[in-house]
Amino acid sequence: MDIFLQQIVNGLVQGSIYALVALGYTMVYGIMGLINFAHGEVVMIGTLTAITVAGSLLAAGMPPALAGLAALIVATLLCMALGWGLERIAYRPLRNAPRLTPLITAIGMSIILQNLAMILWGRNYQTFPPLFPKVNFELAGVHFTAVQVIIVLLSAATMLSLTLLVYRTKLGMAMRATAQNPAVAGLMGVNSNRVISAAFVIGSALAALAGIMVGAYYEIAHYQMGFMLGLKAFTAAVLGGIGNLLGAMAGGILLGLIEALGAGYIGDLTGGFLGSHYQDIFAFMVLIVVLMFRPSGLFGEKTGDRA
Amino acid sequence: MQPKISALALSVVAAFTLSACGQKEEVKPAAAPAPGAAQKSETLIRIGHVAPMTGPQAHLGKDNENGARLAIEELNALGLEIGGAKARFELLGEDDQADPKQGTTVAQKLVDAKVNGVIGHLNSGTTIPASKLYFDAGIPQVSGSATNPTYTRQGFKTAFRVMANDVQQGKVLGEFAVKQGARSVAVVDDRTAYGQGLADEFRKAAEAAGLKVVASEYTNDKATDFKAILTKIKSKAPDLIFFGGMDAQGGPMVKQMAELGIKARFLGGDGVCTPEFMKLGGEAAEGQYCSLPGQPLEKLAKGPEFKDKFAKKFNTGIQLYAPYVYDAVMVMADAMKRAGSADPAKYLPELGKTRYDGVTALVEFDEFGDLKGGAISLYQYKGGKLEYVETLGGAAAPATEAAKAETAPAPAVTPAPADKK
Repeated sequence: MDIFLQQIVNGLVQGSIYALVALGYTMVYGIMGLINFAHGEVVMIGTLTAITVAGSLLAAGMPPALAGLAALIVATLLCMALGWGLERIAYRPLRNAPRLTPLITAIGMSIILQNLAMILWGRNYQTFPPLFPKVNFELAGVHFTAVQVIIVLLSAATMLSLTLLVYRTKLGMAMRATAQNPAVAGLMGVNSNRVISAAFVIGSALAALAGIMVGAYYEIAHYQMGFMLGLKAFTAAVLGGIGNLLGAMAGGILLGLIEALGAGYIGDLTGGFLGSHYQDIFAFMVLIVVLMFRPSGLFGEKTGDRA
Repeated sequence: MQPKISALALSVVAAFTLSACGQKEEVKPAAAPAPGAAQKSETLIRIGHVAPMTGPQAHLGKDNENGARLAIEELNALGLEIGGAKARFELLGEDDQADPKQGTTVAQKLVDAKVNGVIGHLNSGTTIPASKLYFDAGIPQVSGSATNPTYTRQGFKTAFRVMANDVQQGKVLGEFAVKQGARSVAVVDDRTAYGQGLADEFRKAAEAAGLKVVASEYTNDKATDFKAILTKIKSKAPDLIFFGGMDAQGGPMVKQMAELGIKARFLGGDGVCTPEFMKLGGEAAEGQYCSLPGQPLEKLAKGPEFKDKFAKKFNTGIQLYAPYVYDAVMVMADAMKRAGSADPAKYLPELGKTRYDGVTALVEFDEFGDLKGGAISLYQYKGGKLEYVETLGGAAAPATEAAKAETAPAPAVTPAPADKK
């Protein structure tokens, strides 16, 4: 039983990370129907920036809490600027282009950012500085760390505040309006350029946050770390229903749980025929089944005009 | 004659010619050594080098290339003469991203460029499929790091390696695990030709030595999260966890073992025997064991000197295979010198007869192109350093005997699935 609970904890933490990244995908998609494939790279830039800032501040003798805060602020600001720049350079000129064109630029930006990071930070693995207290808890045979607790709480809080932002503020209303019909929203006095920029900036801030969490959790970072993470988060967003905030959160956590339980039990369930390297098959099988019965994802609205 | 029979006859003849080709080393001269330059008493010798320069193993790839670069520069400074003409070596560095598909693409590129020889690749998974292309083109290949036995067991006369293979390494690791007092063991591998091959050899040796393998789990060479498989392993409570794979996964793995409260020891092969592993594993790496083919550099006559040279030149320490790759280049140049030609067809027979006193070992090849009498050394991570424990194996006989006993070990002929991208 404790093994099962441990797998649930593993999946929950992994899923919260997916969810945090998936929110960025889903926000941009919800508003402009674009899949921003460079989002995973923004996460990576966030992690690496935080490592550089926190590392050098710690070396200069600053207490970990302060250095962590500084790293968080710098990384978030940098990622916000990056998200804004991405939209201005790569997506805005193509706003009225065919759907495939911005997808290609998104992939291009992803490759450019990866290589830029490789030049700036080198090919070696970076280790994350010890910002968070290393506390291990044990509860009913289940082991977890302080960082894991922070990850789960933080992504829940982020989801909540993002929902409030979208449904309770004027900016949120403008976002929803632009998502429904950019042209009409514009006639109603909504500056759709500004709304779209805001979506990118907020999504990138979340990416920076996710990046720091990933870094603190695995204590390892690399210029290619964003690719797989981005892909998984995108899958999570699709699973939950892309364009839907609650869906991104649910899809992320579901994907994390499926992966952990898949890796843990697929061998026993199939009598050793399939091993733990088939955990991705398990995850994608669930995705396919969900999409077969609910083509727009678990929480997705029917959006005939999109996708 | 009926058409059916003639077709049959044709294929028989074809098969004959093919096998004859293999035996007689009747390799096509792939590269007439740079015709223009040859006349002017300077021969341009181009050597291809392949390793992952991007991706999760880029740090090891760079290390390999540095080893090759150092050798090339020394050869040029030496003013080596080959067949009466001054030789100028040039390194063509290629990036295979540790991906078997990319490995064959860049191999074809080197074949088309008519290089005189190839050093590499780094990973077994890329080396094995690429070796066919080099063999077909008659280009000699020396790998300083691909340890999967299959590489030299395909009947390719062009394939050489200057490092002990995984049959030897897996065996030693299995014996060592028993010596450490382990009774049960869990085996994890990264599903690459290297990781899977090593894990399979270890499993065989461990079971032969009376160890119980309680779990076999798998990951991939890009993963960072191992909690799910480690949790499963924890439920089986082994004394030891063996990992066949690279440092970028091994480091986080030991860390996550500690976080899950797993008390079992960690043991790995050459892929995790790096400074990077300790950096990534942090405190959790302390006290764990790994193995490296060959003797420790400090114990070798030319080892410390090489270490200094390397550090001075590149301003960084050796990660892993640089000395082996250095030796691989030197062995190739040595064969060219003895043959008096950089023409692959001419120096290939000499390569097989190599007896070269290198940095890492006295390099001599057996009939497969494997290093004769490759020794395996064990290390323990202590205080942020790799501390030498002992060297096992290494007599000239066991290497070839093990090879003969297992003519077809081929645990991982299929190249690693290598994730998309």
